[in-house]
Formats: sequence, structure tokens, C-alpha cells
Amino acid sequence: MIERKVDALLAVVGLVLFAIIYGLIEADVIGPFWKLNIIIICINVIMSVSLNLINGYTGQFSLGHAGFMAVGAYVSVVLTAKLHLPFAVAILVAAIAAGFVGFLIGIPTLRLNGDYLAIATLGLCEIIRIVIMNINYVGGAAGFTGIPHYTTFTWAFLVMLATLFFIKNFVNSAHGRACIAIRENEIAAEAMGVKIVNYKVLAFTLGAAFAGVAGALFAHSFYILMPGTFSFLQSFNYLIMVVLGGLGSITGSIAGAFVVTGISAALAGVPEFRMIIYSIILILLMFYRPQGLFGYVEITNLPLFRYLKNISPEAKKAMGIDTEDSGKGGKA
Amino acid sequence: MDFFNVFVQQIINGVSLGSIYALIALGYTMVYGIIKLINFAHGDIYMVGAYVSFFAVTMANMSIVPALLISMVVTALLGMLVERLAYAPLRHAPRISVLITAIGMSFLLEYGSMYFVSPTPRTFPEVMGNLAYNIGGFVINGQQLLIFAITTILMIILTYVVQKTKVGQAMRAVSFDTETAQLMGINANRIINFTFGIGSALAAAGGVLVGVYYNSIDPLMGIMPGLKAFVAAVFGGIGSIPGAMAGGIMLGVIEALVSGFISSTFRDAAAFAILILVLLFRPSGIFGKAVREKV
Repeated sequence: MIERKVDALLAVVGLVLFAIIYGLIEADVIGPFWKLNIIIICINVIMSVSLNLINGYTGQFSLGHAGFMAVGAYVSVVLTAKLHLPFAVAILVAAIAAGFVGFLIGIPTLRLNGDYLAIATLGLCEIIRIVIMNINYVGGAAGFTGIPHYTTFTWAFLVMLATLFFIKNFVNSAHGRACIAIRENEIAAEAMGVKIVNYKVLAFTLGAAFAGVAGALFAHSFYILMPGTFSFLQSFNYLIMVVLGGLGSITGSIAGAFVVTGISAALAGVPEFRMIIYSIILILLMFYRPQGLFGYVEITNLPLFRYLKNISPEAKKAMGIDTEDSGKGGKA
Repeated sequence: MDFFNVFVQQIINGVSLGSIYALIALGYTMVYGIIKLINFAHGDIYMVGAYVSFFAVTMANMSIVPALLISMVVTALLGMLVERLAYAPLRHAPRISVLITAIGMSFLLEYGSMYFVSPTPRTFPEVMGNLAYNIGGFVINGQQLLIFAITTILMIILTYVVQKTKVGQAMRAVSFDTETAQLMGINANRIINFTFGIGSALAAAGGVLVGVYYNSIDPLMGIMPGLKAFVAAVFGGIGSIPGAMAGGIMLGVIEALVSGFISSTFRDAAAFAILILVLLFRPSGIFGKAVREKV
């Protein structure tokens, strides 16, 4: 019941936000530059939230998220530009394809842990990129041209909202708790009967599928798609968003995507200093907020929401949103 | 015997490229062994090393060996400075935040030097002339000989420092168990700093040798070799010094063989694919120790 109430509240907030931004775009208050950047922010939110599911909630250090995005992007452009299928179908198939690739990659590599997993996923992401670069059907290294421009603000925002709800509810479900248990202590989780391999692969597959969705949206916001876009540096970018926002916080991932994309857009006017300023901001943020902007705190834990929910402390404890223990973190 | 000829020639090329990877991988593996940090800025330290020697050779008209020594000293200081400024304050922060700081530091070095030395690639002067030796039908050129010689010397020095000196003993102790080492009176912070210095100096040597080998340097040259060297370190078992040497050379040989026999476009992919296969069968690398997790 309570969960429904929170969901409804968040949905209303999301839709109001959508209406406001939509109105501002229609009224030309937000110009084409920022409109594109808002779309990019929505896509990056999908990427960082789905990476957070793998890195933050399940505790599996993946550095290859851009690879799944590439799979989604290329599958979707083949469907729309070559086979002329509708955009919704392309997004769906992109999700399935990226999820499937994630599943195939996840089964063998998730046996590794820590930094070995990181480097294996990074390597697989690079392999995906190199393979795409060598397929002439999708334009090879020169890129895929003639992509229909389907991604509008409406598409990006609504898909982002759907992703957020899916991942939020997944994390708060029994499956999500199993994933969190794996992050906190693998051996203890196994002893409690959590099927570690299944849940790791599940989280990885879901994360990859949403990266595929983001890839489909990304591919249709530009007219050309280059394999070079999906290098490991792009994966680093998403990792930065997740860590900057706070591992294991959906609100944090949204904030991280917002801050990182916002900073790069705001600094677009000074190209020669852009990356220098960005890297200094990054280092300073890590100095002062090593646990990320939000740590483990969610927006729904903030006083305003607690007041609106107006629920008993017992119920709160049952939902696992007690703010008391939000400060202590798992191992990174 | 054509196959055999190409094979041996590619092995020679592979070993020379691999020695450079090994030099960079040593820095990664030592830093990882001591503070469990993937120092992504390491590849950029290597780039700085290449630039320092470039300016030493072109502006101060030095020959290659003094230029190499100067760039090793400068980058060692730079590496120690980076550690003091960016990583030391985060010693007790979550590991992933330090990793992000390292990525930030890497961007800062890349784009900072892009601002100072301009993004256009520079041509590294010819220092070895057109020296080439023909040994039993196989060609070894001057650059390759230089690479073999310098890598071998540096690795002998490193092994000596780590195994025989007091500092090396302290490094091994800190890497084995930082807290106990501190209880024994070792200043762990100084040793960590020193490790960064040594690692950076080795990377600088790698950078100079790449400049000599490929004749071209640019501010983003550190990204790919940095990543490859990290792969090499993982390949050999991260944290292990002989592992990094072997891993680097093996990676170089694999890449050379793939580009010689299959296609150079798949060179990078093959390196990663073999890495993943190795990890699947030996999850902690070739020389790495399997750590059993205690309950």
C-alpha cells in the first residue's frame, strides 16, 4: 500500500516536471542546444541508473557499460533505418539484444570478482566496439549514416521515467534485496540461500538491457552513429556519474547524470579548458564527498517525502528506508 | 619456410613492443600491490615522460640516454606529486572514489598537457639512425636493440631494488600488510610515495622508448598503451612484479602475431579476448596468488 502511494507521488512529480520542461521547450525558453542536452541527460540517467543496478546495488564492478549501449544503438538503427520498423519496436528489440549480450557475457565473467571483473568487462566492451567497427553492413569505422531522427524530448523523458520506476521497484523487491545482500557479503548471502550466480546474472542482464534502451534513444538523437563513441572512456563517464551521485542511490544516479552532463554542456563555450575544469571539479568532489553526492540516501527519504507519506516508523523499517543506517556504506 | 620467417620476425617485434608494455605494467602492478588502486593516470605519466625527453632532445640537444634519465627523474617527481595531492588525502575513502580521482587526474594530465604543448602530434627525432642488424635472415633494428637493452637494465635494477635494498624490503612489507608494516616502524606513506615515484620513472622510460620506436608523440598517446599495460598487469597477475614483466611481453607477442597473421584491426580485440580466456581459467592471472576468502 505504502509503496503504491510513494510510486503515485513520484509519478505525479515526474509528470509535472515533464509538463514544465515540455512547456518551456514549446515556448522556446529552452533553445535547441539545451533541448538536446536535456535529452542527453535523460539518456545518461538511464545509463547511470542501470549501471548503478550492477555496480551500486549488486556490487559487481562493471566497466563495460558503453558496450551494451553500442549493441542497443546498432540493433535499433538497423531496425529503423534498414528495415523501417517503428521506433518502439526498435527500442524493445534493442533492449532484448543488449540484455541477451549481457546475459551471454555475464555467465562466464561474473565468476570473477573485483578488479578482475572490471577489466574483463572493459575488455568485452572494447571487443564489441571493434567487432562493430569491422561490420561493413553498419558502416564500419566510418559510421552509420541516414538515421531517422526519432528521439524527441517526450520519448526520452517517458522512457527514462519508466526505467526509473522499473529499477526502483526491482531494487525494493525481494530480488533487489537479494542483490543488495550479495553486495554486502557474498558468502553470508549464499549461506542465507540467495542464489548468487542467478542474481548476479539477472542484475547484469537487466542493466545491459536498459543500456540497450539508452543506446537506441542515443542513436536516434543524431544523424550519424560512430563506433568510436562507445569506447571505454564512455564507460568511465557513466561510472563517474554513478559514483559522483552515490553508489546504491537512484536519486544519486539521476543527480550524477545531471551534474556531469550539465557541467560539460555549460563548459562547451570554453573548449580548451572544458576537460581541465571538469577534471578538477571531479577530483574536488571526490575529496569532499567521497561517498558521492547522495551516498545511500534516496529522495524519498528526505523530510518532505516522509511527511507526505506520513507512515508509522514500523512500516518504514519494514520498507528498509530507515535513514538511520543510510550513512554506512558497503565496500566499494 | 615463409611461415616460420614471419613468425620469428613477429616474435621479435612483439617482444620489443611487449617490453614497453611491461615497463608501464610494472608501475600499475606495484601501485596496485601496495594500495589496491588502479592508477588510471599512469598512462598519462608515461605520456609526460615522452614529452620531457622530446624537449630534452630537441631543445637541449641531448642524446637519448641523458634525455631518458632526465625524463625519468622529472616524471618520478610528478608521480610522487600526484600521489601526495590526489591520492594521499583519500587513503581511507572508499576504493571506488580513489579510482574516480585517478580517472580525473588522468583527464587533468591529458588535457592540461594538451593545453601547454598543443594537441598536434610531434615527430620524435631519429636517435638511432638507420641502424639495422641482419641476424640469420631476421631484421632487428636499432630502436629494438635500444628497447631490449634499456628494458633489461631497468628490470635488473628494479629487481635489485625490490629484493635487496632496505626500501625494497619495506615496499614488500607494506604491500604484504600495511598495518603490520607500520607497527614495525615503516613509514607507509613514504613508501607508497616512493612506489609511485619508481612506477612513474619506469613508465617514463616506456614513453621515451615508444617515442623512439614510433617516432610520434601526442598528448593522448597514453590512453591505449596505459590500458594495454593494465591488461598486461592483470594478465600476469596484478600485484606481482615478475607477472607484469611476463604479462607485458606476452601481450606484445600476441598482438604482433595477430596483426602479422590475421589482421591488425583485430589486434586489440585479440589481446582482450585472450585476457578474458586467461582470467576464466586462472581468475587471478598467471602469476597471481589465489586469495581464499575467509568467512
